[in-house]
Amino acid sequence: MSNELQKFSDPGLPEHIHRKADTDPAAAKKAERQVAILFALSAIGTIVLIGSYIFVKPNKFVFLPIMGDTNVQQALLGVGLAMSTFFIGMAAVHWGKTLMDDREVVAERHEFRSPESDRADFVATVKEQGAMAGLGRRTLIKRSMGVALGLVGLSPLVLLRDIGPLPKKQLETTSWKAGTRLVTDPGDRPIKPADLEVGAVAQVLPELIPGTERTLENVGKDAVLLIRLRPEDFNLNAERLSWTHDGIIAFSKICSHMGCAVALYEQQTKHLLCPCHQSTFDVTRAAKVIFGPAARPLPQLALTLDADGYLVAKQPFTEPVGPSFWERSS
Amino acid sequence: MKKLSRYRRHKFAAPALIIAALISLGTTFSIASALPNAQHMAVTSQSTLIEEGKQIFARGCSSCHGLNAEGGSIAPSLIGVGAASVDFQVGTGRMPMADMSQQAMRKKPAYTEAETAALAAYVASLAPGPASVTNEQLTFERDGNVAQGGELFRTNCAMCHNFAAQGGALSLGKYAPTLMGVEPKQIYEAMITGPQSMPVFSDKTITPSEKLSIIKWIKAAQNEPSLGGASLGRVGPVTEGLLIWTLGLGLLVGVAVWLTMKAR
Repeated sequence: MSNELQKFSDPGLPEHIHRKADTDPAAAKKAERQVAILFALSAIGTIVLIGSYIFVKPNKFVFLPIMGDTNVQQALLGVGLAMSTFFIGMAAVHWGKTLMDDREVVAERHEFRSPESDRADFVATVKEQGAMAGLGRRTLIKRSMGVALGLVGLSPLVLLRDIGPLPKKQLETTSWKAGTRLVTDPGDRPIKPADLEVGAVAQVLPELIPGTERTLENVGKDAVLLIRLRPEDFNLNAERLSWTHDGIIAFSKICSHMGCAVALYEQQTKHLLCPCHQSTFDVTRAAKVIFGPAARPLPQLALTLDADGYLVAKQPFTEPVGPSFWERSS
Repeated sequence: MKKLSRYRRHKFAAPALIIAALISLGTTFSIASALPNAQHMAVTSQSTLIEEGKQIFARGCSSCHGLNAEGGSIAPSLIGVGAASVDFQVGTGRMPMADMSQQAMRKKPAYTEAETAALAAYVASLAPGPASVTNEQLTFERDGNVAQGGELFRTNCAMCHNFAAQGGALSLGKYAPTLMGVEPKQIYEAMITGPQSMPVFSDKTITPSEKLSIIKWIKAAQNEPSLGGASLGRVGPVTEGLLIWTLGLGLLVGVAVWLTMKAR
């Protein structure tokens, strides 16, 4: 009994087994025909594609089992394109598998390292050329060149900085200011409390300052959902209750989890759902998270009335709206 | 009788008796309950309409909603919900509910249009509420704007009813139903009354003309032909993903197997 492992010799490549087509000319002929048929199918596919584009009317529908009413042109374009590309591949593979030479060949990979003589030559050349250029003697040139090349290396920093402006406080602020009117989205009509019945919701945005435009970036932060409940339904602390008006409460629509628009309002349960990850917020308890991955309640917008009786923001949002970010303070 | 009593201990005697009893009970009950429906409703004035409605209510609704529509432990009060709400709930067959599940489903209406109108008149007489919508009001074909309707739909409706109005899930088994094939009148009434989980969309925040635009958009979405044939429910990546992960990936697996197969 010896613990020494038995040395075994390289078994080499398995014995080459000839395919039928290698030995039998009839089989080879058959394989050739098969490849030709596959290429022909591809050609037919292309003809179907082009022909359906030119000759089939784009508004013609036909009933197909399982698929239902299907646009003829679209179906033929799809089938044609699929055939034309798929059968080229299939023909090529079938050709390679049946007819092309399939004898295994070993090709050794060449050495990665250059030969010693080449390496020595390279070092000698660098030294020789360096001496001819006088790099060792002309120190002024050497230093100034170092400065110039180093500075060029710094220049990408400026270019990278110029990719976009710094976010500054953008993530922490919205367009809501004290006294900003709530207007319907879309429609831009200011809202009076009497416009909302109990159980009503309204999608609102801050009123546009004349001469400015509403950008998508702003809508993405400013969107607010206005909900009217019975005032006795609220279960809020005194401060948050003072942010409501006569049963009307407003929350940022931007989910504190990933920033989806939270607007699925279940009137009976008074829950707000986020469609993306099912975070559920209880409207009566200041949008407290009762289910799902959201970490914080939705920011509540303090409401009051202006002189004309329209709903306005009492103050800006007291916390950043939307999902967490690196520098978020609260 | 003597002949019959010979079989009284037969093993099929008890089941046969139960089936006979059930059939006789069922026929009696169905005849009895069908009788009022068969009566011709000749409604001559509003007060008789309300009276009719009160009778239908007492028969069909009061067991849950209370004799005076004051509501109960399992059903809400109907005082002040208005004719529109009755017209929607009864006209879509949601009320009367078939069972106490999470949500009343749309089904074949249990009452005729005339009976629904009588019920609506009765409930509307209890306290003011939104009135039923008449077809004359629904001039969406003429006054609606599909583009505006689409914008309103995406902001106000799409989060629950899906971007193609196919409906979607809410919490705890509740759902927003599909809007395909819903009567324009019922869509309008749903917006002004906020049935079940749905909130109310006031006429001031979404004006009547905007509501008509929404209806026109829904009808346009419904009539949108599906160029590729099977629409896969138009619910987005869920069914599309399922199809491509099963059928598509299956096809790729088949191709991969064929690719690596050695030719003989």
